[in-house]
This record gives sequence, structure tokens and C-alpha cells, in this order.
Amino acid sequence: MARAADAARRASDQRGWLLSLPALILLFLAASGPLIVVLIYSFLSPGQYGNVVWNFSLDGWRGILFSRDIFDDTLVLADAHLTIFWRSVWLSVMTTVITFAIGFPTAWFIATRPPAQRAMWLFLITIPFWTNLLIRTFAINEVIRNEGLLNSLLIWTGITERPIQIVYTDTAVLIGMAYVYLPLMVLPLFAAIDRFDLRLLEAGYDLYASRGQVLRRIILPIVKPGIVAGSILVFVPSLGAYVTPRVLGGGKNMMIGNFIELQFTQGRNWPLGAALSMMLLLIVMGALLIYVRAANRGTDPHG
Amino acid sequence: MEPTVTISARHVVKAFGQGSSSIRALDDVSVDIRRGEFFTLLGPSGCGKTTLLRLIAGFEAPTAGEILLDGADITRLPPNRRPVNTVFQSYALFPHLTVAENIGFGLRMQRRPAAEVKATTERMLALVKLDTLAGRRTSQLSGGQQQRVALARALAPAPKVLLLDEPLSALDLKLRKEMQIELKRLQMETGITFIFVTHDQEEALTMSDRIGVMSNGQLQQVGTPREIYTTPMNRFVAGFIGETNFLAGTAGPGAVVLQGGARVVAEHDRTGAVTLAIRPEQVRIVPAGEDGAIPARVRDLVYFGTTRIII
Repeated sequence: MARAADAARRASDQRGWLLSLPALILLFLAASGPLIVVLIYSFLSPGQYGNVVWNFSLDGWRGILFSRDIFDDTLVLADAHLTIFWRSVWLSVMTTVITFAIGFPTAWFIATRPPAQRAMWLFLITIPFWTNLLIRTFAINEVIRNEGLLNSLLIWTGITERPIQIVYTDTAVLIGMAYVYLPLMVLPLFAAIDRFDLRLLEAGYDLYASRGQVLRRIILPIVKPGIVAGSILVFVPSLGAYVTPRVLGGGKNMMIGNFIELQFTQGRNWPLGAALSMMLLLIVMGALLIYVRAANRGTDPHG
Repeated sequence: MEPTVTISARHVVKAFGQGSSSIRALDDVSVDIRRGEFFTLLGPSGCGKTTLLRLIAGFEAPTAGEILLDGADITRLPPNRRPVNTVFQSYALFPHLTVAENIGFGLRMQRRPAAEVKATTERMLALVKLDTLAGRRTSQLSGGQQQRVALARALAPAPKVLLLDEPLSALDLKLRKEMQIELKRLQMETGITFIFVTHDQEEALTMSDRIGVMSNGQLQQVGTPREIYTTPMNRFVAGFIGETNFLAGTAGPGAVVLQGGARVVAEHDRTGAVTLAIRPEQVRIVPAGEDGAIPARVRDLVYFGTTRIII
């Protein structure tokens, strides 16, 4: 009896697989196909006017860290590249930290409103998504440029005599990315805080915890899944950001995204661009691994 | 020796809302709770008993009046600086901590040495008979077990007063009976003053040393279960505690004449219109015409296992 039922279940499992096969094939091709192309390109030689030549070469990968000296053809460490990587990681980490610092109180505020008001606040948070990213970034530019809103205000109130150079600096990129990615931090944090049982706060105070201890020992550990989700949602796109550093950082303050674009256009070095893309992917995967490890440590495996 | 007072509420008023629309949850409540006693605040929901408990815990500040602990004014002290712990109705256990970590939480917050935290946690686990579940998450426990963790967690820092906010209301009848006995045992073993809030009069009568009956934000009567039951101060107390028959009548010398004309012999010092409260178990059914009997008709019999209710 049991064996027959088992066989029937197995047969229906197999049918399930067969039915989902077309979707799986499509998913595999759409998700992995372009990645595989990029991976192959990273091991080829650059063509003279862009494109690639079908010649196996590790120069693309080597080019990530080293550049060939024009005169004696020796490999030297490309510190300009390292600066770009470092800036990308540093700006992304800072963006995550800033969005958390602003997003946590915001999410807490929304989650503690009466239910009828919450929808309105969440709605307000999502309004920036209605406008194109490029337009929002130019709007930020309008605010912080030398003749922009902020500097005009500072000069008018007499706080400074000359405009402060914000635009085309790392600070400008940071402001822009923090603004753009803030909703991505607020929403998962809100979801986590919304589930948080506020009565636990009283239990904490009752058991001699100070306000700081309640935050550190009770609130943060319990809403940690939301913090991790928000950080991933902010950190990953920050690392690959293209529009914001392009518009607010000018030509000099490149991030990895701009550097990759450069290889496919003026640089005419598609293999290097492909290798850089793969490396970005690896950095993201590594960062995710660290995050998830840290998140799982000490939390309930049973949910 | 005169029993010493632990918690003393003096003319406590708590109003919610502002101006004319404000509601007085507590209206001039004064009560002294003695050291080491099991004191129960009893009343229907919305009578202000939980509000009084929250004021003692420090979660809310009174609008007027003061609260003393061992003679010292603690009215403005935040909850984390009062040697008073609470067992919450919802238990409010920390879901990210194990049973043992929950129990040790208060001690760790007080920065007690690690060895002491460990020893006390183990003692508490044994006290509430949860030794084998020390490493479990609280979400893996049954309601009764969670209840014990909440108790152990509140008892671990050895508070001067333990506040219990309807802690048994979420348990089924059988478990509730067990926990009533368990609570009484814990109270006697630890010698800590328990202030217990409930709307269940039976729970109050079986466990308490003294009961404070509340309604409409006021303390109606404070006394031992026997006093409350046998000599209720007013109609509310008589009606809320146990089953009671109310009979309207007129007081005369040595007796009360009921509206139907029957005379009930009673010692009293009242005159005019009175209400007679008679406990059903004090009624004896006798043949009509016997001395002192009131004529009555049996309308229905309800079978109740060991007893029968005559209506």
C-alpha cells in the first residue's frame, strides 16, 4: 500500500518537473546566458575597434590589478584601478550605514503610528520611485551644485562667503546614493519592526535594562533580519551604481560601474570590462556570504 | 508584631486623555500592601486594576498621588530602577533568547557576576521545574511552560514585589488550577510580596491572603477572602464575589420585611429600605410553614455534577 502511494507521489513529482521545464529552460537561458557570454569574453583578446578577438588570453583578468608599461612592457600594479575599487566599496558601505542611520528611526516612526496612518507614510516613502532615477539625480545636482539651492542659501544667510564645493566629490556621490537607496532600507526595516512585539520593550525596562540596553539587547537582535535585508538591498546596487557617480561624481570620481562602462566604450577593452564585471559579481557574492553568515549566527534556526 | 507595609499607594489618580473628555481609570485609590503577602486586585475588566499594577511597575506615572516602596517615594522612578518585576499577561518572553538566557536577563542587566547569573538561573529553572528545557527557544514551549519561564524570569532578580497581570488567563482550566497551586507554592517558598491581578473571583479566593475588590477606578473593599465573601461592604462586592440572591425589603427591629410580606430574622443596624444579600449555600429547603421559613416556589432544577442549582 505504502509503496504504491510512494510510487504515485514520485510519478507526480516527475510530472511536476516536466511541466515546469519550459519555464526553467527560459529562466536558465535568460539568467545565466548573458553571464556565460560575459565570462567567455573575459578570457578573450580585445579587438582593435572594440568587440573581441577569439584568442584565449588572461590579459582581461590581469588588467584588473595590473597595467602594462607602455615603454618596457612590464606589468605594474594599477593603483588607479585599486582606488576605484576601494572608492566603490567604501562609498557603498557608507551609503548602507547612512541609509540605516536615517532609515531605522524613520521605519520605527512609521511602524509605531496607528495602522490607518501607516499606509500614508509608506506611500510617501515610495513617491520618489515614481520619477526616473536620472531626473532625481539631476535634481540632487541642482540642490548641491555651486550655484544651487544649498549654496545660495548658505551664502545668503552669511554662513559662507564662497560656495562649498560639494558636487563632483565623493560626498556628492554619497548624498545621491543615500537619497536614492533610502526607501530600499526603510521598507524591509518597517516590515521587521512592524512584526516586533512592543510589549517586549516594557519587559526589558522592567528587568532593569536601560534605554540603550533595550535597543542593543532586545530591539536590534530581533529586527536583525530586516537590517540584513535592507543592507543587502542598499549595498548591492550601490556597489554597481552607474548613474549617480556619473552625474554627481563627474568624470574623475568613478566607481566600478563607470569603470566597466569605460572599457566597453572609449577604452575598447571588452575583455577587461567583462573581467571587471565578473569581479564585481564575486565581490557582491562574497559580501552576501559574509552578511548571511553574520545574520544566521545566534538567531533562531526555527524562525 | 505589626506587619510591615511594602507597597503603599496614596490617593492615586490616573486620568487618560485631557480636559473634559478625560477618563479616570483610577479615582483616588489608597491601599497598603504588606510584606510577603499574596495580594489580589479583583474586578471586572476596565475597573482600573491593571492600571494600578502598571503604576506600581512604573510603566505609567500617576496624574496625582504617590506610590511608596518600603516608605520611599518611587512615583517618579523609571521601571528599570524599581526593585519590582512583572509577569505579563502575554508573557512577553524574548524570542531571540533561550529559556536560560531569558531567565538570566534581569541579572545580566544588573551587571551581576557571571557565576551568580549562572547559579541563580539554575536555581530558578529548578524552582519552576524547567531544568531540562534550559537551552530551548521560547517559541518551542507550550503555554504552561512559557508561563513558568515568565515567572522564573521575573523572580530571578529577587524583586521586593512581584506583579502578576492576569498571568493565568491564557491557560486552559486544568493547567490554570495547577498553576494556581504552583504560584501559591512559589510565593511561600520565595517569601516575595505578590500583587496579582485577575477578574476571576474563584482564583482570587483560593490564592490570596488579602483581596482588593475594584470597580470604576475605585477600591471597593480590602480584606481577607473570608471577610470579602461573608461580609461584603456593598452590593457590588456581594454581587461580584460568588453567587448571591438580592432581595429588596424594609428594615425593622431584629428582622427585615420582604416585599412579599415575609419576615427574615436578621441582626442589623439599618432602618428604611434595604437590600438583603443571601448566599445560595446558606439557604436550606424546609417544609412550608416551618418557623422562620420564607415561602418560595421551585421553578427549575439544573444538574451540576456534585451540586444542583435551584432556581
